[in-house]
Amino acid sequence: MIMRKFRQADWEEPLIFELGREERVGFAVPEIEPELSDAIDDISELVPSGMLRTKPAGLPEVSEVEVLRHFIHLSQMNYGVNSGIIYPLGSCTMKYNPIINEVLASHPKITEVHPDQDEASVQGLLEMLYKLKLNFVEVTGMDDATLQPAAGAHGEYTGILLIRAYHIDYDEQNTRTEIIIPDSAHGTNPASAMMAGYRTVEVPSKQDGGVDLDALKSVVGPQTAGLMLTNPNTLGIFDTNIHEIADIVHEEGGLMYYDGANLNAVMGICRPGDMGFDVVHSNLHKTFSTPHGGGGPGAGPVGVKELLAEYLPIPDIVETEGIYSLSWNKPKSIGKVHGYFGNVGVMLKAYTYMLSMGGAGLREASELAVLNSNYIAHKLKTVRGLSLPFGEGRPRMHEAVLSASKMDEETGVRALNVSKKLLDYGLHAPTTYFPLIVPEALMVEPTETEPVEALDEFIEAMKAISDLAYSDPEQVLNAPTNTVIGKLDEAKAAHPKTICLSWKTYCNLFL
Amino acid sequence: MSKPHPYMPNSVPEIKEKMMEEIGVKSIEELYSDVPERLRFKDTLDIPGPYTEAEVRKEVSSLLEKNSSLRCAPFLGGGVWPHYVPVVVDEIVSRSEFLTSYTPYQPEITQGMLQVIFEYQSLLCELTGMDVANASMYDWASALGEAARMSSRFTRKTNFIVPSLISPSRFLVMKSYTDTAGINVQQVDYNKATGLLDIEDLKEKMNNDTAGVYIENPSYLGFVEEQVEEIAEVAHDGKALFVVGVDPISLGLIKPPGEYGADMVIGEGQPLGNHMNFGGPLLGIFACSNETKIIRQMPGRLIGLTEAQEGGRRGFTMTLQTREQHIRREKATSNICSNQALCAVASAVYLSLLGPSGMKELSELVASRARYAMRRIGDLPGVRAPLFSSFHFKEFTVSFQDNTVDEVNQGLFDRRLQGGKSLAKEFPDLGESALYCVTEVHTKKDIDRLISSLREVLEG
Repeated sequence: MIMRKFRQADWEEPLIFELGREERVGFAVPEIEPELSDAIDDISELVPSGMLRTKPAGLPEVSEVEVLRHFIHLSQMNYGVNSGIIYPLGSCTMKYNPIINEVLASHPKITEVHPDQDEASVQGLLEMLYKLKLNFVEVTGMDDATLQPAAGAHGEYTGILLIRAYHIDYDEQNTRTEIIIPDSAHGTNPASAMMAGYRTVEVPSKQDGGVDLDALKSVVGPQTAGLMLTNPNTLGIFDTNIHEIADIVHEEGGLMYYDGANLNAVMGICRPGDMGFDVVHSNLHKTFSTPHGGGGPGAGPVGVKELLAEYLPIPDIVETEGIYSLSWNKPKSIGKVHGYFGNVGVMLKAYTYMLSMGGAGLREASELAVLNSNYIAHKLKTVRGLSLPFGEGRPRMHEAVLSASKMDEETGVRALNVSKKLLDYGLHAPTTYFPLIVPEALMVEPTETEPVEALDEFIEAMKAISDLAYSDPEQVLNAPTNTVIGKLDEAKAAHPKTICLSWKTYCNLFL
Repeated sequence: MSKPHPYMPNSVPEIKEKMMEEIGVKSIEELYSDVPERLRFKDTLDIPGPYTEAEVRKEVSSLLEKNSSLRCAPFLGGGVWPHYVPVVVDEIVSRSEFLTSYTPYQPEITQGMLQVIFEYQSLLCELTGMDVANASMYDWASALGEAARMSSRFTRKTNFIVPSLISPSRFLVMKSYTDTAGINVQQVDYNKATGLLDIEDLKEKMNNDTAGVYIENPSYLGFVEEQVEEIAEVAHDGKALFVVGVDPISLGLIKPPGEYGADMVIGEGQPLGNHMNFGGPLLGIFACSNETKIIRQMPGRLIGLTEAQEGGRRGFTMTLQTREQHIRREKATSNICSNQALCAVASAVYLSLLGPSGMKELSELVASRARYAMRRIGDLPGVRAPLFSSFHFKEFTVSFQDNTVDEVNQGLFDRRLQGGKSLAKEFPDLGESALYCVTEVHTKKDIDRLISSLREVLEG
């Protein structure tokens, strides 16, 4: 295969502040009706002295057409799942974002609805949320759930708050001070546990990629509040000892937290609730196809077993004889984690996706995600300079973590360089340097929505890069060259003397 | 499933077979050999579908149609507000290149998103009068929780002071963030006539362990806090940070917190080009002053302007990532990863469209409409609006002498209008009161209809 001659669009787009002319406007604000203004005093005279804005905000003055073109240009200088070729960013589940989701989520009967409206006026939305919750509980094998968390990490935090509430209820909050986390965990896990006031204890992974049971036993005890785990883990390997792990933690009175970031591997195959987990979050923007939006909004619903249900956030959505309502009566609830009900606009997209897939379709999505990742892993593990460490000979789940450490040793080409060279071929890079236990990691998650042709293109690109690394490494080390910009000066971006986080600072520094 | 699915190109049986052959397995089942038999889910997940696009469209649309149609936008605010969203905003945020991208971990191929977020940060700074803004928090409420934690980290103190007249929902969310950090939250009383913060009470509550003083401006009940310089002074005298929560729409008319000594500005960015969406996605604003020590304690993503290693071309990248969870793990300033980036894009487009004069005109229009509505409602017999004598921006309390808020709202709802939010449970001291909100989407005709409907309902 000959790699395509990709060139990213580059408009050399100025900052919005550098566009426009005095007095131009991009949007006409309606005039105050004369009858209305006659009935009241001049508003600026009513503002208490000293509280009136005297200097207009230093916003740009641009016309509608200039604003539109500016942001369209910038959009063309970006890379998305639906506009690219493949976006195999491991752990992020960058699957196709169906258009029907977007169309339905732009219906005015959701977009223009206020969260404090009379319940009678929002029956459709409450019903959707209620059904989504049931679907989520079904996929995860839990008993109840909250949809409030706005992202995966937010769900993790909520889940840990639930564990904390449980231990407080049993008067063990002062003794149970530790959360156990494997060394392969997502960075959000320890950060969430820390935020909730816990000390984190790391357990190592074995060579087969699973949790080291002896090491686990040595750290579990009466001080254990819980264990956070994703299964399949971040190596893309299913931990066969999951039941034993759950038993070890439960026997000491700890609770099991499932990080559902990797749920896309096992829908309809096995469920966290059946593996022994007490609380689980999942990312609707990963597994359930809602767009990542350049870094959100996502949604991170949290499911729980019965023992934690009474601590779930308020309000709850309940159904009685076909009427849906909000229930605030939950005396042991942890309270609230979001100002309202969470990212409802995102939830509608996930609900739509579930209908498009059905129970059988979700299972097939997982199966094909696993097939696609094994296909890539199989073809890449023998490429010169690459290897597939941990779990020798075992199948991967939805993602596979390759190591470029041999390539690094032999040619000086690192995982970072490989990923930059992929950009030059018009492909998005895998996640790099994660999980931390794999040196020179390239974490590849193709998802089920990539055609085999895209997988092959990615594989060919990796082979081409390997060939270059061993023949003409400079070509890889100098990448990327076909993107809007080459390598950036990260040191300058972070240095106290040159750091520039706003136009205001830019003007002070450079103008 | 028997038929190929449109979202799964490899669901064609021949393709699957071919791929399995390449890998050297006979069935997909073999790939799941690590999943112990006793853990296997034997049934099919009980989730309806798969449905075709046309079927899904019909199903979800008819579900949404069960929501009532109102005659005009609800007269509700409190943290989410009905505002007009220019069509250009929706056009930009629906562009696949933005919508379907993720966090710009590969800056070279995502300069577009990085630049927009940098512009969002910059526009927010101009609006609030601050120097630095992050790429977003989940919503105002979680931004408040993070602001309390950041105040505590920065000052190494553990008391955080908030007004009594705070949004109860935001208060609850904040508690979810502060309780776990050992932060004590204290509430300051208000002046019963004006609603403004009781400065004497604030001074009494200040002590050596005060990490931050927080006010909302406009307040949850809609009035503008005018003793801002004094509050800033009290906070700073106590070596505490001064944190201000804002409705950004007010900042076309009202002095920005950056001009009255705020160290941190938080707020809800939803009205800047984001639809209400039944309360989410929202956009947590988080801005602070340009002090390295403060910036290093900030939660969330920051986009910085820098240049290419070669050639010196201007470019953008995520920076100060050593504060963040993917680098620092348990030592991170926050666990936040996915935020509300696309909502920040919407707000960047919105502020670019409106510009300085648009924001000023809009702010004045909103305040004028609200003023008109407040006056007319206050003229109705048996009704008091507002309870407090201070200047109100777009929200105000309406108190009923002889009716409950629920009765009035039911009467309005029968006329296909949504009245204000009941405060009877949130602030029982205020009697049968509701929080009304009027913005530019409520025309004089809408307001007049509300008045005549209220009159009908009250006359029974």
